[in-house]
Amino acid sequence: MAEELRILAVDDEEGMRLGIERILAPFSFELAECEASIRFTVDTAESGEEATDKLAAGAYDILLLDHKMKGISGLDVLAWIKDRDCPVLTIMVTAYASLDTAVEAMKRGAHDFLAKPFTPDEIRSVVKKTAGHLVTKRRAQALAEEKRRVRFEFISVLAHELKAPLGAIEGYLQILRDGTASDPETVERMLDRSLARLQGMRKLIYDLLDMTRIESGTKPRELEQLDLRALAAQSVETLLPDAQARGITIELPVGPPVQLSADRSELEIVFNNLVSNAVKYNRDNGRVEIAITKDGPHVLISVSDTGIGMTAEESARLCKEFVRIKNAKTRNIMGTGLGLSTVKKIAALYGGDVAVSSAPDVGTTFTVTLNTA
Amino acid sequence: MSKPEDSQTILVVDDDRDYLEQQELILTAAGFSVLTAETVARAEELLDQQPVDLAILDLMMEDYDAGFSLAYRIKKQHPALPVIIVTGVAHETGLEFDAATSEERSWIKADCLLAKPVRREQLVAEINKLLGASHG
Repeated sequence: MAEELRILAVDDEEGMRLGIERILAPFSFELAECEASIRFTVDTAESGEEATDKLAAGAYDILLLDHKMKGISGLDVLAWIKDRDCPVLTIMVTAYASLDTAVEAMKRGAHDFLAKPFTPDEIRSVVKKTAGHLVTKRRAQALAEEKRRVRFEFISVLAHELKAPLGAIEGYLQILRDGTASDPETVERMLDRSLARLQGMRKLIYDLLDMTRIESGTKPRELEQLDLRALAAQSVETLLPDAQARGITIELPVGPPVQLSADRSELEIVFNNLVSNAVKYNRDNGRVEIAITKDGPHVLISVSDTGIGMTAEESARLCKEFVRIKNAKTRNIMGTGLGLSTVKKIAALYGGDVAVSSAPDVGTTFTVTLNTA
Repeated sequence: MSKPEDSQTILVVDDDRDYLEQQELILTAAGFSVLTAETVARAEELLDQQPVDLAILDLMMEDYDAGFSLAYRIKKQHPALPVIIVTGVAHETGLEFDAATSEERSWIKADCLLAKPVRREQLVAEINKLLGASHG
């Protein structure tokens, strides 16, 4: 990314101003750690008065400030900058290589100093150092700002997702208390729906905890040799009652163990999410097929269903936090929208990824690739 | 569900089926006939099929502002139909929606904005006010 920084060079000697301009205008350098190429535009001022006028009028990034000038001195300009919280970084140019002046300038807010007379290399070097500091700091600020924004957005959506079931349950309770509806059938339906929404909320909280754990990395990962086929069988066993209730069969072909050095709880999250999705979004009497294969340095886990499927546009949106595909076919299916995004994060921990292939009303296959090394 | 001959019809659009069921119970008890739609498409279908006296729309459905755009289309086709937009987003986002002035109403295209949770008395009062106004 190219960054153009604005320099204001202040000196009462015309030759000095021209010299600085000639050296810095064509100067550019690469800041590798920020992947930035930095260039400069140079503006000049011949007095402290002109400098403060220009600083007040326009945004400059770096100020090359002569110490000894008639009228307002360099130190006065520094004081002016401090008073106004002007964000410019000042390099004090001291006429005598006097440490005292430099120290005084630094005390008053200068970022660095340069002793006269200086060589072109010396001024380029101090400007490069200051510019690097400035750009690095700005990038860090932008990153922090972006993090804050993402976090705020996440919390906003989370709050909304938690408020919705609360509102639904509250609404039912109010209707029950007011006696607006009192026939036993309606009352029972309202109670069942309230319980279902509570369950959904609990699931959201569990998914949230899974996700936070993966993201924060606070809990140490415990890598051990795991047989993925055995882990898959465990997931199938957990989800079998839900599947059987809707006549759905789950097929996990027998075969030799597929070993992977992995954290057990991470892989459990992967299997539970994939298999429960395959059951949830299936049609009644449908089928779920699980395949686990080793392919060179990768392990492939694929879970296919014969369910409602998705359009290409819907598939592309999946795996983002809180994305749930809303349409007539999914309206009665509860989900948190966190499961697949967590699976994707886990896959990334193993240098892998999640792929989706799907056709509406035919079914969906999720394939998780994990690296063995 | 019993529908008195002369009762007025309210269309409720919301993608939360529990909220729809509750609105239906409450508004039916208050003497209205109620139509419900879980999607914008279904709402537009119902509006084409039969006369509706008032519409209550959730702001955030398929898209973040599905309620606004539906309200806009309803007002274009049925300028006299009162529209209430109900929203649960105001508090989390810090955005405040309020259609108190006629200038705001002119671009929002809703006659009334209510924040969830809506109190039943408030909702019925707003409905009666709007129905009274549209018939007066």
